[in-house]
Amino acid sequence: MTIIFFLIGCSVLMALIFLGAFFWAQHTGQNDDLYTPSVRILLDDEITEPGSDTDHILK
Amino acid sequence: MTTDTITLANCYHCGNDCTEGQYELDAHAFCCAGCKGVYQVLSQSGLCNYYHYNDHPGANRAKFDKRYEYLDEPGIIKDLVDYQDDQVTVITLYIPYIHCSSCIWLLEQINKIDPAIYYSRVDFLRKQVNLRFDNRKITLRQVVEIMVDIGYEPLISLQDIVKKQTGIVKDNLVKKIAVAGFCFGNVMLLSFPEYFGLSGYEQTFRHFFGWLNILFSIPVLLYCGSGYFTSAWANLKNKVLNIDFPLALGIGVLFLRTVIEILTHTGAGFADTLCGLVFFLLVGKFVQQKTYYHISFERDYRSFFPVAVQVIEEGKERPLPLSDLKIGHRVLIRHNEIIPADAILLKGEACIDFSFVTGEAAPVEKTLGEVVYAGGRQIGPAIELEVIKPVSQSYLTQLWNNEAFTRKQDNRMQTFNQRVSKYFTVVLLIIAFGSLVYWLPSDIHRGFAAFTAVLIVACPCALALSTPFTMSAALGIFDRSLFYLKNTAVVEQLARIDTIVLDKTGTITNSSEENVTLYASLTHTDRQMIYSVCSNSIHPLSKQICDFLGNVPKLSIVNYQEIPGQGIAATVNGQLLIVGSSSFVFDNNSGTEDNKSTKVHLRIGGKYLGYFSFKNHYRDGLYRITNLNSYYDIYLLSGDNNHERKALLPFFKSDSFMHFNKSPQQKLDFIKSLQAEGKKVMMIGDGLNDSGALKQSDLGIAITDDVNNFSPGSDAILDGRSFKKLVRFLRFSKDTVLIIHISFLISLSYNLLGLSFAVTGKLSPLVAAILMPVSTATIIAFTSIATHVAARNRKLL
Repeated sequence: MTIIFFLIGCSVLMALIFLGAFFWAQHTGQNDDLYTPSVRILLDDEITEPGSDTDHILK
Repeated sequence: MTTDTITLANCYHCGNDCTEGQYELDAHAFCCAGCKGVYQVLSQSGLCNYYHYNDHPGANRAKFDKRYEYLDEPGIIKDLVDYQDDQVTVITLYIPYIHCSSCIWLLEQINKIDPAIYYSRVDFLRKQVNLRFDNRKITLRQVVEIMVDIGYEPLISLQDIVKKQTGIVKDNLVKKIAVAGFCFGNVMLLSFPEYFGLSGYEQTFRHFFGWLNILFSIPVLLYCGSGYFTSAWANLKNKVLNIDFPLALGIGVLFLRTVIEILTHTGAGFADTLCGLVFFLLVGKFVQQKTYYHISFERDYRSFFPVAVQVIEEGKERPLPLSDLKIGHRVLIRHNEIIPADAILLKGEACIDFSFVTGEAAPVEKTLGEVVYAGGRQIGPAIELEVIKPVSQSYLTQLWNNEAFTRKQDNRMQTFNQRVSKYFTVVLLIIAFGSLVYWLPSDIHRGFAAFTAVLIVACPCALALSTPFTMSAALGIFDRSLFYLKNTAVVEQLARIDTIVLDKTGTITNSSEENVTLYASLTHTDRQMIYSVCSNSIHPLSKQICDFLGNVPKLSIVNYQEIPGQGIAATVNGQLLIVGSSSFVFDNNSGTEDNKSTKVHLRIGGKYLGYFSFKNHYRDGLYRITNLNSYYDIYLLSGDNNHERKALLPFFKSDSFMHFNKSPQQKLDFIKSLQAEGKKVMMIGDGLNDSGALKQSDLGIAITDDVNNFSPGSDAILDGRSFKKLVRFLRFSKDTVLIIHISFLISLSYNLLGLSFAVTGKLSPLVAAILMPVSTATIIAFTSIATHVAARNRKLL
């Protein structure tokens, strides 16, 4: 059962890594704007046919 | 002569109605040269996809005459940019017009128009664009002019740029929540074995888990919970007992008892209760801090005034930052520009619109040598003025030197929470010491156990959460109805108001709404003639007639004559056209005007054609506030003269509730005198002249037709369209306070339940660990459901 000590150490370490990742994301401003990227991803670089692909884009 | 067979179309750029053939390019119709110009710029850069994402995404550009010389001044640039070195400039511009996906797309493609702007990123909710450009190849002024050319005019004001720093507090809170959540999760996991029972040979695990729990509790106590200790300490020093005191006490006792129990092997401790408590409290704090990205509640005259003015020195014009403007400077004010300081008129025909400053509806003409007060907007040709007072000492701006503006605003009214937590804390301490004294003679150990257990279970977690969750739900509902509150405390203030003071111009009147009706049949030529004549006049009624007739081509006119208060006579197409009051048009006093509507009569070439009728231009739903007369004292406080006294009388209790011709300072003093009578005053206003009154009142609401436009500093901003819902807002705010009272009772009953365990000194960690999250969940569920039900009852959802 002493394996529990090792496993708990691993799980805490993993959790710490995720916490660190969250701090890093917060620090670099990735959570500052949570809305615009959701629109940006729907914009194509070039639309050839007018009005062909607009229905899912924010009006 | 234009024909009567004109086909109507929508402008390809902005979607306004326009006549085909007038401005046309690539088989698209445009309403004006401005819109066509934008299209031209975009098509040259291959950016026509802009028009494919949305129909008519552009802003109307018919009226446009902004100048940006001042952006060449290094002193001004320094204040505006985020970062600058000898190669790169980084700037964040606020663009109120950003409203759709096309906007995002176009603004992020801006380097196709000029490659020197190599980075642009839009923040949609904040309506900001972040730009980086090579300042050796392009100047800030050129960048801004490109934005203007494509129809995205940035709003440049020194004050709005300053407020960038607001996000830091919230950012810190997010980090604290992350740490608390991390510790809470881990501690809960490590506490389960203890709750389920560990057998004898697993004792080493018990100690190991205990140590880990202490380890996880330390950052929760020192980092996440530190705010409660500092706040409780600061309040104690000021001899105030607020809710942070029992919270800090609870957190402290939880930690100490946990450490002692684990170190002495007497128990499992309350580490998970501690972490959960702090976690939920921080989440409560988080939901309370609602931020409106695109609205500013702190604006003062600086964001209304321009950043710079054109001054004339030795016959040459140059831009000067407003802060450097001194007595004796000669300034040049063009059409639609704002006069930044009290000044004497030296040259030109001044016709100043003071509606925003004094509440006077009609523009005022000034003669040479007359003093023009700051804040007026020039209409017509450019004028020259000599500054006689510095910007901050002007007739209008000295209002901001009043003590109302330096006073701390946050605690004008004690919230329910603040009042209750005082008694709560006292009772809590009495019970805790009572149980200590009761057990002490027989069993010292049990006495301390009971003492600490009382402080732990009675820790007012649910109580501390009921207000934030109710208020944030209420805030969301107000938000949906276009009523934006500065913070959650405003909801409670709204519920406790007993006096309402209304401004007139712009607040209960509304000039933008369609309220002209035409009682005449006019040919297209007649319309053109009337439009041509009325467009020369700056009288508000003429403007409304022009708006009503729409954009028709002008004809040349001769013998133009305008008689103030009467009407206009002019010759168009060889025919005499007369528009104006009945006495002016009919040359006698036969027709008596009734008060319900104003009429402007028409006569062309001796033939009477009919009249335009103007409904009283009061906001939709003004009559509803009369329903409030039995609960509230409602006053009218206007800077305008009293010619509408009769028309407004039905809305108010009596004549003594209406006050006209009040200066900004008098408005502030009036609110003060009401407050001296012990009344809780809500002021609703829109202009700079109301700023003092808004600030002095217990609750200041700025009303505006476009929330992105300037509105004076206030506690809440109401969109003009929702003015009719004001009565419902007031009733709903009372409902939310009732909900807080009920949820307070619920959390109290949970506390009593916990206390019944605690006073016996036999509180098990498991009971505490269950009780705390259950009570929290009940409160959150109850408040959000009850608030939505209440909103539905008031028809706000």
